[in-house]
Amino acid sequence: MVKYHSRVNRIRINKSDKVFDVLITLIAITGLLIVLYPLMHVVACSFSSAKAVQSGRVSFYPVDFSTQAYEVVFDYKDIWIGYLNTIMYTVVGTTLNVVFTILAAYPFSRKDLIGRGIIMKIYVFTMLFSGGLIPSYLLVKNLHLLNTSWSLWLPGLLSVYNVIVMKTYYQTTIPNELLESAQIDGCSNRRFLWSVVIPLSGAIIAVMVLFYGIGHWNNYFSAMLYITDKSKYPLQLFLREILIANTVDYTSLSGSEIKELLKKQEMKLLLKYSLIVVSSFPMLCIYSFVQKYFVKGVMIGSLKG
Amino acid sequence: MLFFPTVYIIIFKYIPMYGLQIAFKDYNLFEGMFGSPWVGFKHFNQFFQSTEFWRLVGNTLSLSIYSIFVGPILPIFLAIVLNYLINNKLKKTLQMVTYAPYFISTVVMVSIINQFFAIDFGPINVMLKKMGLAQIDFLSNPDLFPHLYVWTGIWQYTGFNSIIYLASLTGVDPTLHEAAIVDGASKLKRIWHIDLPSIQSTIIILMIMSVGSIMSTGFEKIYLMQNNLNLRTSEVIDTYVYKIGLASPIANYSFPTAIGLFQSVIGLLLIVIVNKIAQKVSEVSLW
Repeated sequence: MVKYHSRVNRIRINKSDKVFDVLITLIAITGLLIVLYPLMHVVACSFSSAKAVQSGRVSFYPVDFSTQAYEVVFDYKDIWIGYLNTIMYTVVGTTLNVVFTILAAYPFSRKDLIGRGIIMKIYVFTMLFSGGLIPSYLLVKNLHLLNTSWSLWLPGLLSVYNVIVMKTYYQTTIPNELLESAQIDGCSNRRFLWSVVIPLSGAIIAVMVLFYGIGHWNNYFSAMLYITDKSKYPLQLFLREILIANTVDYTSLSGSEIKELLKKQEMKLLLKYSLIVVSSFPMLCIYSFVQKYFVKGVMIGSLKG
Repeated sequence: MLFFPTVYIIIFKYIPMYGLQIAFKDYNLFEGMFGSPWVGFKHFNQFFQSTEFWRLVGNTLSLSIYSIFVGPILPIFLAIVLNYLINNKLKKTLQMVTYAPYFISTVVMVSIINQFFAIDFGPINVMLKKMGLAQIDFLSNPDLFPHLYVWTGIWQYTGFNSIIYLASLTGVDPTLHEAAIVDGASKLKRIWHIDLPSIQSTIIILMIMSVGSIMSTGFEKIYLMQNNLNLRTSEVIDTYVYKIGLASPIANYSFPTAIGLFQSVIGLLLIVIVNKIAQKVSEVSLW
């Protein structure tokens, strides 16, 4: 017995596996650095002086520590208008998304839904084929939604993919016996959804909030299409102006000192780094809190619907 | 309950499909969608014969084929690395860090690319200079655009895309591994003979899904990465449709709609064909 045991152990820790373990650890650390480096670089630059950034002296740590870049961002009114608009678009939009997704996903999870197969096909077909950019734009225009918040909420109200993910979740977590016993007690479908299904679907709702929420927060394209009024711009559109198109709106700054500061080319460059940090920070924070759910959600999605 | 979502799907998904008819008409604002005269395949012919046609289709196909085939390699690799890491802390950190770029918005991502690869102060060029090499203008060189586009995408999405493979790796029957260990198989051999065959169907399904979008590329990112110097390789069907249809001062709807319809039909056909082939070869299918 003892002999046998030691032999198994010897097989387990054979030489090539030891090399393998070391190699895997090295690869993991390399990968970690490759992903981390650009992020660290941006943060380091945002806390450096404009001169150090422009001459390329910053890599991993701040050089000539300074918070000037952040002073400019905090004085830049457009950014905060954008921030407020984005929060509003994200909160209302995500709520609508989640409500509609539940309303579609729960009926699809029930086997006794009449015409389930056909209606499902009608939904799934829209994943494979769509009217495209111009007809969708014309629809929004004809409904007189241009330049309103609804143009950001309605076109992407329901993601069929998410409906399938949620439907799969309901099918696997809510046992049929629960429904049967509730029905015997005279519980209506609406009541069952409200007081049994929804309290049981906390995890999946968290995942949906996260996915739809990122979509709204990071969206610039539909706002670029539909929103022309600058006071209604979401954050990403202002970011596009400053980060990509390189234009700074001086009327949006209140401090005259900061205005002078921004006229320098290197300060405009520095502003970009602090903006990247300020605009991405909330999403990354939320992510670190809900990371557990996030992985779970993708895994449910990977089950075949 | 299903009433409202279904009404929504019909209005916002099927009415635009009905609106595709303007691809066969000469749409003008005054007569609207129904009053405008039918012109048959005029716009399609115009597109097929235009000098832009081959450039647009070529750029679109090369960008998406490049990312479809290079894209899944690193996520699969990362999933295997995660699965075999002994140090749990390192594993957690690696997961946390590699998933994070998924949350960066396209605008911010493109800005990071612009700063990182900038010719005078970008860290890459600073490093090249220190090594005594010639500096490279990544951002305006049209030959480098596809690589820049694809590899920055890989940087951003490898972590996120690995989750699905990691999930199917943890689903592998542990008795297979136990048996292999008793037989003295090394970890490398177990990866090759147990892990990879077990996640094969996941890989194929994801491949089929990505082939369906072969005609549409990451519009949002490409549009932001475009500049006058790299347009030769960066102009794709999506960006072209947007530019001539909605961004130009003269409203011109029919021609770009025809291009968009051409794109969607090819995409639909491809996904059906590839699914058929996969069904025959490996018995894996989307439906």
